[in-house]
Amino acid sequence: MNDREIPLAGETGWKFVPDELDAVLSNIGHNALLEHRYHAHGPDWIELAMPWQDGLAGGGAIGTIASGPIIALMDNAAGTAVWLKRGGYLPQVTIDLRVDHLRPPIRNAMLISRCECYRMSPTVAFARGIAYETSADDPACHVTAAFMLLEGEGL
Amino acid sequence: MLPAYARLIGIEFDHWNGDVPVLTVDYTPNICGNPGTFHGGALGGLLELAALAALRVSLPEQGREAALTPLSSTIEYLRSAGEQRTYAIGQIVRAGRRLANVRASAWQDSRDKLVTTAIFNFAISPG
Repeated sequence: MNDREIPLAGETGWKFVPDELDAVLSNIGHNALLEHRYHAHGPDWIELAMPWQDGLAGGGAIGTIASGPIIALMDNAAGTAVWLKRGGYLPQVTIDLRVDHLRPPIRNAMLISRCECYRMSPTVAFARGIAYETSADDPACHVTAAFMLLEGEGL
Repeated sequence: MLPAYARLIGIEFDHWNGDVPVLTVDYTPNICGNPGTFHGGALGGLLELAALAALRVSLPEQGREAALTPLSSTIEYLRSAGEQRTYAIGQIVRAGRRLANVRASAWQDSRDKLVTTAIFNFAISPG
């Protein structure tokens, strides 16, 4: 496999526009429900944010956020990092996702996930990242994910 | 027994499989990921609640009141889950003094055709 085969954003002429990402996210039912939205990005990373809502509450000992919304946010952020590297909102599916819960999340706080796509072949991409409330130096969760890249029209 | 998050996306108790609760969620636009399919996060959330439900039933039966904290979740998406009712059950692999390891699986038409499986590790502390 040759890195040059990867259609990096920029080489395809595709430009990342945060407002377009928000439009894509708000068009996906589960993301809209959980209010996932663009937070920040750099050359090789993207951050999505999920504001607190009472419906996110879990039933565990920590009494804060359920794992489901965290899994959803990190799945989305990892997938968005792959979109950035692919250069477009192209079809892809999650193969697997591992989330480590590093510490209890903070009660009633917005959660931010920062992810990067660190390896991509023509058919598979690997992404990793974290989730935090106030500082990326103090992550609540860590994630690794693999995606199968599909052919077809973008979202 | 199910948390606010379960109500938000519509996860409910469905039936008992022996001593183990089976949870279910109907497909609604609220849990759509890729067009016409479940969002992976909604499936992960369903599986985690099924795993927790298995523990919350089993531990009290052993006279143990325990608080459970998630440590890690590994989710495998085996096939695309379409616009229909989905079920999930947890199977306790081991519940020791400090740690519980629970496998969970989700299916739609048939339990022989799993759509998603997961392994969860929880820390157990005296409740």
